[in-house]
Amino acid sequence: MGFPHQSHSRETTVLSKYFGDADARTLAGWKKRGGYKALEKALDMQPADIVNVVKESGLRGRGGAGFPTGLKWSFMKPGDGKPHYLCCNADESEPGTFKDRELMRWTPHALVEGCAIAAYAIGAETAYIYIRGEFTEPLYWMEKAVKEAYDARIIGKNAMGSGKRIDVYVHKGAGAYICGEETALMESLEGRRGNPRIKPPFPAVSGVFGMPTTINNVETLIAAAPILLNGADWYKKMSLSNPKSTGTKLYSVCGNIQRPGTYEVVMGFPFKEFLYDLCGGPLHGRKFKAVIPGGASVPIQNMEEAEATLMDYEGFVAQGSMLGSGGVIVIDDAQPMVTVIARIARFFAHESCAQCTQCREGTAWTTKILERIRDGEGTMEDLDTLLDIAEQMTGKTICVLSDSCAVPVVSGIKKFRGEFEALIQGRRFHPVTAAVA
Amino acid sequence: MTAELVGGLEPPDYASHDRAAREQYDPVFTGDVKRELDELLTRYPTKMAALLPALWIVQRVRGWVSDQGMAEVAGQLDLTPAYVKGVVTFYTMYHQHPVGKYFIQVCTTSPCGICGAEDVVKAFLRHTNTGELGITSPEGRFTVIEVECLGACGFATPVMINEEFIESVTPDKVPDLLARLT
Ligand SMILES: Cc1cc2nc3c(=O)[nH]c(=O)nc-3n(C[C@H](O)[C@H](O)[C@H](O)COP(=O)(O)O)c2cc1C
Ligand code: SF4
Ligand code: FES
Repeated sequence: MGFPHQSHSRETTVLSKYFGDADARTLAGWKKRGGYKALEKALDMQPADIVNVVKESGLRGRGGAGFPTGLKWSFMKPGDGKPHYLCCNADESEPGTFKDRELMRWTPHALVEGCAIAAYAIGAETAYIYIRGEFTEPLYWMEKAVKEAYDARIIGKNAMGSGKRIDVYVHKGAGAYICGEETALMESLEGRRGNPRIKPPFPAVSGVFGMPTTINNVETLIAAAPILLNGADWYKKMSLSNPKSTGTKLYSVCGNIQRPGTYEVVMGFPFKEFLYDLCGGPLHGRKFKAVIPGGASVPIQNMEEAEATLMDYEGFVAQGSMLGSGGVIVIDDAQPMVTVIARIARFFAHESCAQCTQCREGTAWTTKILERIRDGEGTMEDLDTLLDIAEQMTGKTICVLSDSCAVPVVSGIKKFRGEFEALIQGRRFHPVTAAVA
Repeated sequence: MTAELVGGLEPPDYASHDRAAREQYDPVFTGDVKRELDELLTRYPTKMAALLPALWIVQRVRGWVSDQGMAEVAGQLDLTPAYVKGVVTFYTMYHQHPVGKYFIQVCTTSPCGICGAEDVVKAFLRHTNTGELGITSPEGRFTVIEVECLGACGFATPVMINEEFIESVTPDKVPDLLARLT
């Protein structure tokens, strides 16, 4: 639902149905709403059958990359004699993204249930939920929910009387965006600096503690429960566009827009209607100028692209961007683009783990040059230098943080070159001065 | 050590370091706190994995993570103090110096930036009499810093005061927010 606003009639609320409903946070309240029925059903099934249902449903990872979830789970080979692990990625730090936060603070038991189902499906006895340290409120609710679930013997050494051990632990991060990258998260969980690892080996072969590991985003794991209860076909049908993108997706909307919040729509929903109707359109007297639809790491869309987008994995790509994490950042005509992009670059420079030269140097220089353009001290050559650095930062590093920093720079210069040039030529950006209601 | 040697980015409070070094160090991990650590150790196949949680405990009890605190954690988990320091310095949330009684973090990343976060920062700096980011106010009450995306961008501007997370802060709300703090 459009939390903190009322649910819009065009939303399809599967995961966000109980946002704002404090009773759903407790075990009793969660059970009253059908909670833990999916886990009960799962524990009666063969793990391989669960993996098949999830495969069949078309569910794809909601953490950013969109990797098919059932396929990821199928990489975990049963009977290899090694302990398997599940990691839940609740590090949510991608600028613009705050959907996992709402999921955890309103429906913490949904995540405990999702973790237990996935752990059972991949043959893991232990699941770690890695939550960013700043999320004090989600941490509180998750710890409480885990404790309630242990006390009710829903998880633990004999989960729901199934004879299976499923432990779920909450692990608190300590402030580092890079720990959202899956291998950095595992390093961090092991008690190390959060430096991403070189892949391969992939986590399914050698993950946390060197053992086969599956890592999924909060929203991905929570989606598994309704899929098991209602079937793969039900999930597949929730799509207005194409069979490669199925189900509902949460979008956290922020920036210069009437009703920022977390919305849930089916795949393929028209982005124009989403921005203007569900989210209420621009602030009074302003116009939308650009949208970054999937967190700060994806290309910037101009409004022509955004308004032509169908909201699914392929739809965002077709219009020059990516679905990413579903963090929709809306930028209006009062914002100088160079300032926005320079601040994004500063974010990446701050968060680079500094292992790779291209990333460590590239993010720092990109920020420096953008800030001097912003301050009216840039030259036309700076634009070429920026594009040159961006090329050196792309596809050459251990993880894609480096690429992510290059993305808004390249798309920004391509789509809003006029604003860069105006600053360089000494014409200052004049924001619209209309009153904001 | 001089400030130049450590880059001088955020001026560390060396006086308190010296004080801390001279003081006798009371271990953190005794009694209930030790039992808490023992329980944590059962959750992981290695002792090292309890490092981040153990450091959180030190910060909870002492307000910051001193060199002696790191050494104690190292002893508990069979690690070297140098290793522990290497990990502590990677993460932004462990305080390696004492901070104000109220540690105020204001998000200024782009999504909040375009909603006026800079003005919120200015309001905090003015009303706390700190004047500058990272500086602790004379009576040791406040430290204000900018922080990267707090994961609540739809509630611009989110602010963290110690463990408390406050949404939708605007400059005009700052005096009341501060007045609430005892
Ligand atoms: C720099 C970086 C930061 C990331 N941050 C997150 C994050 O905060 N949360 C998340 O779920 N995935 C994040 N990811 C993606 C993860 O690496 C991983 O793909 C994801 O957790 C897999 O889960 P999924 O298949 O369910 O999407 C990040 C990736 C990179 C490269
Ligand atoms: S690309 Fe950047 S963040 Fe990723 S591993 Fe290399 S230096 Fe670290
Ligand atoms: S950008 Fe401020 S909370 Fe995300």
